Amino acid sequence: MNMTDILNMTALQISEAIKQKQITVTDAVLAVLDAIDKVDGKINAYITVNRDEALEKAKSVQQKIDSGELRGALAGVPIAIKDNICTKNLKTTCASKMLESFVPCYDATVIEKLENAGAIILGKLNMDEFAMGSTGETSHFGATKNPWNTQRVAGGSSSGAAGAVASRSAVLTLGSDTGGSIRQPASYCGVTGFKPTYGTVSRFGLVAHASSLDQIGPIAGSVADCAAVMDAISGQDPKDSTTLELGTPEFLKNLSDDISGMKIALPRECFEVEGLDPEVSENVRRVADVLRSKGAIVSEISLPFLEFGVADYYIISSAEASSNLSRFDGVKYGFRAETESLSETYSKTRSQGFGDEVQRRILLGTFVLSSGFYDAYYNKALKVKRIITEAYTKVFSEFDAILCPTAPTTAPTSGQSLLNPLQMYLSDIFTVSVNIAGLPALSLPCGFDKNGLPIGAQLIGPQLGEQKVLNIGHAYQSVTDFHKLRAEVM
Amino acid sequence: MQITKETVKRVAMLSRIKLDDTATDKMQRELAAVVEYMEILNRIDTDGVEPLSHAVELKNVLREDEVKPSYSREDILSNAPKSSNDAFVVPKAVE
Repeated sequence: MNMTDILNMTALQISEAIKQKQITVTDAVLAVLDAIDKVDGKINAYITVNRDEALEKAKSVQQKIDSGELRGALAGVPIAIKDNICTKNLKTTCASKMLESFVPCYDATVIEKLENAGAIILGKLNMDEFAMGSTGETSHFGATKNPWNTQRVAGGSSSGAAGAVASRSAVLTLGSDTGGSIRQPASYCGVTGFKPTYGTVSRFGLVAHASSLDQIGPIAGSVADCAAVMDAISGQDPKDSTTLELGTPEFLKNLSDDISGMKIALPRECFEVEGLDPEVSENVRRVADVLRSKGAIVSEISLPFLEFGVADYYIISSAEASSNLSRFDGVKYGFRAETESLSETYSKTRSQGFGDEVQRRILLGTFVLSSGFYDAYYNKALKVKRIITEAYTKVFSEFDAILCPTAPTTAPTSGQSLLNPLQMYLSDIFTVSVNIAGLPALSLPCGFDKNGLPIGAQLIGPQLGEQKVLNIGHAYQSVTDFHKLRAEVM
Repeated sequence: MQITKETVKRVAMLSRIKLDDTATDKMQRELAAVVEYMEILNRIDTDGVEPLSHAVELKNVLREDEVKPSYSREDILSNAPKSSNDAFVVPKAVE
């Protein structure tokens, strides 16, 4: 088996090949490192590559596999991590000047869990700065390019994760999702991305964007790979008091393509959104047809609150972000501006250390929380949050899942979104309300537009409905091949 | 709600972000557009609706008050822009 063979395998196939002694852990790690060398100069998916450590780790993990100590689905599998997840002794920048040289002294809980499962951390992935953005272009280290067409964006904020999987310069990645940041880049890059129910995966060690919305999740080459990652990373964590006690996860073991009789809702408002590309609409409707052929019942419903999601999301997330990012003051870690006085230290550090979009959101968040405006904006937004959450609960009392597009278009051209922030926010219309309601959601590659750019379909489930959503996605992937396609980077 | 230049200056001061005149103008235009868009929420009747903070509601997550190991001082100071043996060092706060 050569390097190209390895790069065409899913994480589960690699782990099986290692168990069958067809390849070694080192072979797998070298294959991905080699791909990074060849491709990353053109797409800029990685901020840090952990070459030497990864190769060292490969040897010790191989020993543990040989001795039977490590047996799980991810043993020996190389994984790359979005750069807002803390990795001990490995630079974690959040793609910001503010944390350009920050080296955490601890691992995020998800990192500890992945290492216990025998996964090998290869490097840290590019993203929008502090996870604020929908294209990858707010990164301090330059945007990740879409591997299908390098004139286009990879999406955001988990731009490097989606771009690396799409270009075969990663087999498996972890991203994070606050308003669509796993699903939308997965959609633009033609790969599979999953955001879990809020509280399923610990946020300890995830640099916070909006604490009531953030979740860590996988971006990978298949739903089955995502299920394997979910088994490794989910679970209650005493270090994150918002995590839920759910017992031992068995998403992979319970993964099934039998979805006969499952009821799937198709919201008509999703297909009436202004600016929705007809090719996106057509391809998502074809997903409905495929699911029907697998025995699911797909019916049209109304989701009237869809149009309020973006406004609700941006008020809540910017309010929480303004609070979360107040810790970046130049005192304890990160960038510090040269100043004479302490108060200048704060304000100059923050205006020099943060990019434009981050500053915009902090100011917006501070505004909606400020005296005199709190009730009209933030409190109002929290009431709308209840209305949205209850509306979803009502849909799920009758249906197992909702099917809709992940994004209204395929990947935009680079440079467009920065001209008009509001326009960029509106592209999140299908993803944001999912975070507001804390629901699980999957983005599946389902076709290409006439320019050869990937289209993504989104499956949304009820709270704690991970298995349903993963099963429907797995059923779709059992009879289609879109998720297997990768980009040859030009 | 009109976002004026004064609003931006006040909010910038609250956020401890230093904006020059050009930056303030640009931010005023951008924020004004976003805040105007947010008026869309006024179309929803929220009378009698309780605000919801967390979608998946948990109550009183407590733990035993046990002393456990923390990080070493060395670890905590390792990323400090400036530190002495046992503290973060910053410019003078008071003259």
